[in-house]
Amino acid sequence: MQDRLLASFVKRFDGAAVIEARGLELGAAPEVTVLFGPSGCGKTTVLRCLAGLQQPDSGTIRLGDELWFDSAGGYILPPRKRRVGFVPQDYALFPHLSVEENIGYGLHGLPAAESRARVAEAMRWLGLEGLARRWPAALSGGQQQRVALARALVTRPRLLLLDEPLSALDAPARVRVRNELRAMLRRMSIPTLLVTHDRADALTLGDTLWVMHRGKLLQRGPAPEVFSRPVDTDAAAIVGTETVQPGRLVRVTDGLATVAVGPATLTALAVDLEGAAEAVYVCIRAEEVILVKGPVVPTSARNCLAGSVRSLAAEGAMVRVHLDCGFPLAALMTRQACEEMSLGQGDAVSALIKAPHIHLVQR
Amino acid sequence: MRAEDWQLLWFSARMAALGTCLMLPIGLGLAWCLARPRWRGKAVVETLVSLPLVLPPVVTGLLLLRLFSRRGPLGHWLYQGLGWEVVFTWRAVVLALAVMSLPLFVRAARAALEEVNPLFEQLARTLGAGEWRVLLTITLPLARRGILAGTMLAFGRALGEFGATMVVAGNIPGQTTTLPVAIYSSIELGLDSRAWALAGLSAGLAFLAIWASERLARRPRA
Repeated sequence: MQDRLLASFVKRFDGAAVIEARGLELGAAPEVTVLFGPSGCGKTTVLRCLAGLQQPDSGTIRLGDELWFDSAGGYILPPRKRRVGFVPQDYALFPHLSVEENIGYGLHGLPAAESRARVAEAMRWLGLEGLARRWPAALSGGQQQRVALARALVTRPRLLLLDEPLSALDAPARVRVRNELRAMLRRMSIPTLLVTHDRADALTLGDTLWVMHRGKLLQRGPAPEVFSRPVDTDAAAIVGTETVQPGRLVRVTDGLATVAVGPATLTALAVDLEGAAEAVYVCIRAEEVILVKGPVVPTSARNCLAGSVRSLAAEGAMVRVHLDCGFPLAALMTRQACEEMSLGQGDAVSALIKAPHIHLVQR
Repeated sequence: MRAEDWQLLWFSARMAALGTCLMLPIGLGLAWCLARPRWRGKAVVETLVSLPLVLPPVVTGLLLLRLFSRRGPLGHWLYQGLGWEVVFTWRAVVLALAVMSLPLFVRAARAALEEVNPLFEQLARTLGAGEWRVLLTITLPLARRGILAGTMLAFGRALGEFGATMVVAGNIPGQTTTLPVAIYSSIELGLDSRAWALAGLSAGLAFLAIWASERLARRPRA
């Protein structure tokens, strides 16, 4: 039986900003919970409050039956007693300590032999062999991230907190490290809360997703579901109105990927697919879907899907159209366009999507 | 250069080093406290620490004389408890140099401590470190260049101290006379060439101390 984290707190700042994390709950490992939201929405503050580096103004935080914070009782468990593995955004490796010393910092008080063994084990596990004597400044971004992870993990934390773990990496490294990190998080099986504003990070790394906006938690659900069905316009603006469907990578030829989604077959650009497994998420932004009523002449769009209109919903100047193309697909169009086409429920339409507008993300 | 000049130089350097050593733990503690965010009475401590920087050194000497004479509040206690005579002995020299070099050191060390990214300290805490361990393994090592630079600066200041030393320790050749005091009495006695020779020596030492301090402060962190 694992300890579950339950937190419900409010943190106020001088500039009138309020961070409310009400009813925040983490799934049992190896499930990874993602806190998703734009920069500055208060995600990092939530992490820092959980780690005990900042104190909420009111509320409670508990892990299993252990109380960490309770404003009513004036109780604060200091960070050093929480056994939390915290990996901050820029990793914050101690610049004056070697890789080995960084990783072993949290093992103070253990017999030297055991401490050495644990550090060696963590380094082997994270592929850091041969770097023991290096200084943090001499490491690549990906290596720094793994050292930070190793430093957090050797202490066998009860909760792992990752703040934008991939944002310090450049694009090519990012995809590779993202896939590595996913495999590691699955293997470790520690309750994990990961903060990100990147949808690919959220989809690949997360199981459960919380959407955060202006200091409030808006929505919770399985990551692909939240991306496909935001609860309200605020959430939709943050996650982007997007179709996210599980698909299967059939083949990659000449830089184009063929993906099966339900009964449909789609063509996408094969970017960032190096070493990808078969299972992918297919992401299509609603505003990139073009609808045609009636016969379709040949176009340059690689994907032309026959479908029918399930429902229409007005969103300000736009109308969101939900289609059934063998899988649910959302399209966003102006109200004018919708009126000119006199689109209605049950109409047969074709959906055109250019190959570069279909994004594939590791599942 | 005569043998007694070398002796004078050696004595002065020793006194400055001892003064710096006496000042270091106190200065470090003060710098650490002042580097912390707001607390009650911080402004008062800040002012008191910097006072010797602007107060005429003679006044500082006078205050020390009052405090540490055999009948002064602190001097009485030292004389009764440890049998230490302070005023007009080498101990008074060390004391005067320590007090006079304190402000410069605290300023440099405080700036260095404030520059340490608090995230490193917070991270060490999440890894189970208590406050002492954080201080000894994270804060001080990360601020070490600034602290060392401040130490060299304090040592340099101690080598050149005149006013306070003169008042509280006097000018007893071979016992309390430091380099600056010797230069002063050489001028008084019209021994120009000796004064110049000692002045040159003094300038050389000051140059070395400042140069070392600047180098330490400027080198980027490893």
